[in-house]
Amino acid sequence: MNSDRHRASIDVDDLSFAYNGTQVLHDVTFHLASGEMVAIIGPNGAGKTTLMACVNGILREHTGRICIGNADLRFMKAREVARHIAVVPQEFQVPFAYRVREVVALGRSPYLGRFGTLHESDERAIDRALAVTDVEELQGREYNALSGGERQRVVIALALAQDPRVLLLDEPTVHLDLSHRIDLLRLVAKINAGRGVTVLAAMHDIDLVAGFFPRVIVLGNGRVVADGPAGDVITSSMLQRVFDVEAQVIEDPDTGLSRVFPKLDPPAERV
Amino acid sequence: MSDDGHPAVSLPRSLGRVEHARWHGPRASVVLGGLVGILLIAAAAGVWVGSVWIHPTALIGMFWNAMPFVEMQPWWSATDQQILIGIRLPRVLAAAGVGASLSIAGVMFQGLLRNPLADPFVIGASGGAAMGAAAGTFLLGLQFTAFGFGVIPLLGFLGSFAAVWIVFVLARHHGRARISGLILVGFAVSSVAGAVNALLVMLSDQLQLRMVQTLTWILGGISVNGWTPLATVLPVMAVGGVAGMLLTARLNALVLGERGAVRVGVDIERTKLFVIAVASLLTAVAVSLSGLIAFVGLLIPHAVRLVIGPNNRLLLPAAALAGAAYLILMDLIARTLLAPMELPVGIFTAIVGSPFFIILLRRVRGNYEF
Repeated sequence: MNSDRHRASIDVDDLSFAYNGTQVLHDVTFHLASGEMVAIIGPNGAGKTTLMACVNGILREHTGRICIGNADLRFMKAREVARHIAVVPQEFQVPFAYRVREVVALGRSPYLGRFGTLHESDERAIDRALAVTDVEELQGREYNALSGGERQRVVIALALAQDPRVLLLDEPTVHLDLSHRIDLLRLVAKINAGRGVTVLAAMHDIDLVAGFFPRVIVLGNGRVVADGPAGDVITSSMLQRVFDVEAQVIEDPDTGLSRVFPKLDPPAERV
Repeated sequence: MSDDGHPAVSLPRSLGRVEHARWHGPRASVVLGGLVGILLIAAAAGVWVGSVWIHPTALIGMFWNAMPFVEMQPWWSATDQQILIGIRLPRVLAAAGVGASLSIAGVMFQGLLRNPLADPFVIGASGGAAMGAAAGTFLLGLQFTAFGFGVIPLLGFLGSFAAVWIVFVLARHHGRARISGLILVGFAVSSVAGAVNALLVMLSDQLQLRMVQTLTWILGGISVNGWTPLATVLPVMAVGGVAGMLLTARLNALVLGERGAVRVGVDIERTKLFVIAVASLLTAVAVSLSGLIAFVGLLIPHAVRLVIGPNNRLLLPAAALAGAAYLILMDLIARTLLAPMELPVGIFTAIVGSPFFIILLRRVRGNYEF
């Protein structure tokens, strides 16, 4: 089965990172088995984005160790990292009127030879990525002219064209409306289940995290403060402690999923 | 799971297995073939048109005689041959080389800096060249030449190349050259060079007297004395063009931004180094042949991008061919319009190019995103 090729564990051990003298991450340690789908939550400034940038090899001036499969990230070149790990950033615009297929083709960059020619195998990988993300019919459209939801799918197609073993998502849903958020996470879950790609996503929407991610890691002030099954981690005491939010967590009787109800003032008391 | 290892999706479309046609951009063979044709027509016109009228059949005869294994009894005068082969052909080749080099450098700087106003001179090349030329004015008495170049073009080349490297070194911080830093430091260095240049002109009687020569050079005109300078410059331009082609895939990845390019495996700092090295070398050798020719390196990449799209793999060679043809034709106008007086070609690249570009921009407005 060729899907073994896509499997990889992530091992983060004692990861610390300082930015201009400010300690952003303190001894972060967690382990993801190959094929897991895990969310990282935490308030703004907790270090989620920094953590993601370390795990995708962009920030390298950290202490501690990050391993993908058996390979230490520190000893891998950007090109090699890009063959293992694909990153889905928040949707973005590009300069110039690149077409969707051209944008997705950039995912083949780590495989191209000296002359940068796309071979038939590359074209097939692009076809597959476009098909999985259901943007085939958009491939001739200008990327910048797409809606935010369409662009985000194209960005995922770009990541899939890298043939990654690990998919990292940095708050992928922030610019999307509710239906597109759900669609996007369904797509990610489909990729995770179908291809066995390990998924690690920094997320804001805790209800969606509860709905889609079996396991949740909570980051507070640069430290791992909780790590476990979504139902165990998402509690009103955690929300109070980490997010400073008073909220009720109620189990949805239909699905068994945790739902978060922040305590708000009733309308009558607002002025 | 379907048999190819991909998840079966419960969408009706995938059940019917509708194959979507692959989108592809304009055919490279059509675009480049067409542009080669235009370039050849421009080159033929450039060689043929001039103050001395030469019968077109002589042009064809000389062309055939230049081919191996063909020998024809000349029916044209030796003077005609000298004018065509010794004067006009090198000039046309110089114009083609300069136009191609500036266009390639423009594509590369626009791609690297992701900035619509980027041109070959954006990070200091023009200021450095002008300062080198002004310095050269003091040394005119030396009668020094190298590779067939006089003092002003040589120092212009050195000034242009040196200025870009000063900018690159100054913009680097902990081994990283930020794009915004390159643009801002480039602007600062250009400003300093311009100010020093103005000061030199103000303070030096010597320079004021010779200013016409220096100014003419700076304004841009193809000046080439026979084949000697071309024998040095054209191979450098060819190597630069090939090196530029090898960087096009990485230039494409740069549209994802610096971090985005790293995420797809691009070694970003090396890419910046290579792009700046190749583009500034092409710019400097173009400067050595022609001074500072404005607009070609800015407008040709935009104009070609408007027509064929932004993919650098096709854009770079297409812009090179279009820039070569364009500069041959503008040089033709510059030297024949008020013949025997020769006008700076930089005037025509701007006067002819800008309206054409604005018309093109208005026609496709809304579809040209930068």
